[in-house]
Order: sequence, then structure tokens, then C-alpha cells
Amino acid sequence: MSAVPRARSRSRSRSRLLANGVALVAIVLSAFPVYWMFTTSFRRSIDIRSPNPQFLPVGGTLENYRSVFDRDFFWTAFGNSLKVTALTVVCALFSAFLAAIAVSRFRFRGRLTFLVMILVVQMVPAEALMISMVKVLEGWDLRNSIVGLTIAYVAFVLPFTVWTLRGFVAGVPRELEEAAMVDGSSRLRAFFTITLPLVAPGLVATSIFAFIQAWNEFTFALVIMDRPEKETLPVWLQSFNFGARGTDWGGVMAGSTVITVPVIVFFLLVHRRVAAGLTTGAVKG
Amino acid sequence: MTAVLPEEVTTPGPSSPGGPRRSPWGPLRRRQLLPFGLLVPALVALGVGLAYPLYRLVIMSTQDYGLRQQFGAPPESVGLDNFGDILGDTYFWEVLRRSLVFCVVTVAATMVVGTLTALLLGRLGRGMRTALSVSLLFAWATPALTATVVWQWIFDSRSGVANWLLTKLGFDMEGHSWLSQPLSFFTVAALIVVWMGIPFVAFTLYAAMTQIPTEVLEAASIDGAGPWPRFRDVVWPAIKPLFVVLVALSTLWDLRVFTQIYVLQEAGGITSETNLLGTWAYREASTGNHFGKGAAIAIVMVTITLLLTMFHLRQMFRQEEL
Repeated sequence: MSAVPRARSRSRSRSRLLANGVALVAIVLSAFPVYWMFTTSFRRSIDIRSPNPQFLPVGGTLENYRSVFDRDFFWTAFGNSLKVTALTVVCALFSAFLAAIAVSRFRFRGRLTFLVMILVVQMVPAEALMISMVKVLEGWDLRNSIVGLTIAYVAFVLPFTVWTLRGFVAGVPRELEEAAMVDGSSRLRAFFTITLPLVAPGLVATSIFAFIQAWNEFTFALVIMDRPEKETLPVWLQSFNFGARGTDWGGVMAGSTVITVPVIVFFLLVHRRVAAGLTTGAVKG
Repeated sequence: MTAVLPEEVTTPGPSSPGGPRRSPWGPLRRRQLLPFGLLVPALVALGVGLAYPLYRLVIMSTQDYGLRQQFGAPPESVGLDNFGDILGDTYFWEVLRRSLVFCVVTVAATMVVGTLTALLLGRLGRGMRTALSVSLLFAWATPALTATVVWQWIFDSRSGVANWLLTKLGFDMEGHSWLSQPLSFFTVAALIVVWMGIPFVAFTLYAAMTQIPTEVLEAASIDGAGPWPRFRDVVWPAIKPLFVVLVALSTLWDLRVFTQIYVLQEAGGITSETNLLGTWAYREASTGNHFGKGAAIAIVMVTITLLLTMFHLRQMFRQEEL
């Protein structure tokens, strides 16, 4: 009688052990590259080149960071990245928020068309538009300019931002706004005192998403910003990654860490919303 | 999906029947125009940064940029010659096949490992699950460029850990150059793409699996169903719609992969043997100055993407209302 449950519990604990073992391997595989980037960035170049890699973070040095910060154009690239990212976030958020209000608070002819268009447009590969984007911006004298790069970024960040914000605005019950209006507030005032505070977390999450996109972007920056003093951080990093011809791995890893750490921190804050926004049409209205 | 929208059902305002009569051209008109006004900034941004470049891409794909154009002459229209050129080029078919194979392999690997990871997340205790989630988030958050650079360092021929580990395991890999052979080049590239793609798939499917009532799963195990029948009969039907959406999304992403291939090519890959559609279009346009041909390749990419997108959206609309 008692043999069956005991056998079951033993097999259960064995399967738990197995699951934990597999999980350990999965944890190492998925976190190792980031760990390796981080620890390499603090290692002396003599240790980096040694035939036996050191896995534990001992004997750290800040030499790599010092050399990266002193490197030509690091600070200009850093500044360019900040500028284009900030400009993209502001422009994308502003236009996406207005659009989100339009599609979630109003019924109008063309609403559905607009929503479908947003979904289709989200899939247009930036990689295919690189070529003509360069020519277009050249024609407007906006190649190698922050504004030019921002134009490209805003268009590509916008669909996702509209889609996500739409879910947030729809999540604020219309009745709340109307109640305030019945109490004598104007529509605008009701919006600012009721809706805006409730949508604020959504605005923060969406800005972080736009920040990550613009900060990480490589392909457009590669073709649009082709002058050294106009490079953004990713393009700058790639410019001294020489591959087989003797890369300064300590420096490259330090540069990679500088680019990656803010992204990981921000991403940990918003990943749930990113996942939801990518698969579904977000919250049902 | 709600195909028919009720016309103009806005908030009941002062113009509702029974209220004081207003001029028909007053607030009502304004309210009808307001949503369109709100859309203007977004539409302008999309028009300038996306629709117009797309239009220019189409135009460019029908033009020839030769030597004379480099000296300022306007490009000549050549109709569909660029498309004829690439479709008649055996290299195009080679690159297309390469892109498709790469895409199928990476999507399949991402989906299989992602699903297994999702199942694993469900079986773990709290602490282990958090640890695995955080490390998956690291992989997901890392920008494509820095991820590629780090993997490039891991697979570095002289001091990379990969060669060190494989040599320790008994393979003779000392100084082995991964990027010089197309097959091992694509192995590294696929590893990067799959590594970055797994977390999203795993988290999404795990979220779907937690929606399955535990009683159903318990009932299945009490009935003596082993892990495979339990997955096939209980879990799979529950996650299948999302699974299809994920396959479509991953396909769209892996078909256009550029950064990983570009960086590895710069690091020592042989460009002509490792080009996928994206890098080929870029190299034709940037180093060869063949903007027309590059644009035509890009149009092929856009077309494939849009066809897949239509399929993807149909799947999505099937489960969800707009």
C-alpha cells in the first residue's frame, strides 16, 4: 500500500534533481557570454592572452576602461548616442501617445486600417531600407546628422510604441474621465488629472523600450553615420574590433560592457511588457 | 476580429439627443476631426522615415547607377533589368537558399530549445526558476552588436574559450579558425542568433503554460500519462496558437539577420561565401556602388517579409480581437 507513494515520491525527487541539473547547465550557457564580457573587461591583457583562461574574477584592473575612455571619439560617440536616443524617445513617445489616444478613445473611419498598417509596418525590415534611407537623407542634407538618424529611428520604434501605449490608454476606464467631466472639468483637464497619471507607468515602460532600441541600433547608424566624429557607440565599438588581425579584447569587452550594462538594467525593468507587446495585440480594449 | 466598427460612437457629450441644440458645424465637427489630428504626428513620422524611403527603394530598384552617376549624372531608368539581373544570377539563388536554410535551422533550434526551456521553467523550484529567468534575461537584453562581439571573442582562434574547452575535451582545436570556413562560420552565427532568440520564446511559452489549470495536468498524471503524452495531449493544444505566432515572428527576424553576419564577416569570414540577403544587398550598394542591384535585392527581402507578415497577422487575428 505504502510502496506506491514512496516510489512515486522517490521518482519525483529524482526528476527534481534532474531538472535542477539541466537548469544549472542552462543558466551557465545563457549567462556565460555576459559574464565573460564583464570579467574579460577587468582583466590584464597578459592574462587575456594566456593559453589557460581564468574563469574566476580575480586580479582585476581598470586599465581596459581607462584605455577605452581615452580612445579617439569615445566621448563624441557617447554623446551622439545619448543625443539620438533622447531625441528618438521624445519624438516617438509624443507622436505615439497622441496616436494611442486616437485609436483607443475614438471610433473613426480608418481606425482599423491604421491599426493593421501599424502591425504591417512593424515588420518592414530596416535592413532592406538602409540603402534608400542613405540616399533620402543625403538628398535632405541630413546624412551624418543626429536629426537624420532620429528620423529613421522614430519611424522604426513608432509601431511598437503606438501598439503598447494603446493597451495602456485603453486600460484606463473611460468612465473615470467622464465622471470628472460630469463634475465640471473640461475634457482636457479631465485628461490631465485622471488619465495621464494612470498612463504614466505605461509611458515610462514605453520610453525605456524606445531607449533600448535607439541605444542598441547598429545597421542604420553604420550606413548613415559614416564619419568618425558622427559615430554612435555601437559603430564606434565595431570600428576597433579588428577580429583575427589582433583585437584588443580587453578594450573591446570594456566598450561592450559600457554599451550593454544600461540596456540590461533597463531591460530587467520592462521585459514583461516587451514580451506581451510582441506576441499579442496587447490588452484587449 | 470586429470587422464592422460602429460609426462614430463617441462619448455621450452635450450634443446627445435631448440636450440643447447646437449648430451642426460646431463641436461635433471638431470631435470628428480630433482623432485624425491626433494621428498626424505619427503619420508624418512614418511617412518621412518609412513610407518615403520605401518608395525610393522601389524607384532605385528600377534604376542604374553606373560610373556616370558617380560624377553627378541622374540615374537612368532601366525598368525591371535589375530584377532580371539578379534572378538570372546563380549567386542570387545561392544566397537566397543560404538565407532560407539559415533561417529554418535557427528558427527550428530556437523553437525546440525555447520550448524545452519553458517546460524546464515550469518544473523548477522558486529559487532555481528565478536564477534561470535572470540569466535568460541577460541573453535577451544584450544588444545584437555586443552579443556578436562577445561570441566572436569566445570563438577567437588564439585565446578563445571555445577552442580551449574543446581541446581540453580531447579535440584538436588549438588555433582553429571558426570563421574561415562557411559551415563553421554559420555555426557560430546560428549559435548567436539562437542564443538571443531562446529567452523570448521560453518566457512566452512558459507564460502560456502557467495558464493551464494544474488540476488538468494532475488528472493526466493520475491517469498514468507519461511526460510525452501529457505534453502532446494537454500542454501542446494549449500553447499551439502562441507557438505558431512565435514561429512566424522568429522567421521574420531570422530572415533579415544582418548585424551578426556583418560583424563576423568583418572579423574574418569570406564575404562571398557567407553573404545572406541583407549583407549581400548592403555590400552591393556600399562597396560595389550598385545601388540599383542592392535595392532590387532589398525589394526581394521586403516581399518575402510582407508575405510572411500576412500569414502571421492572420494567425494573430484568429485568436484576438483588435
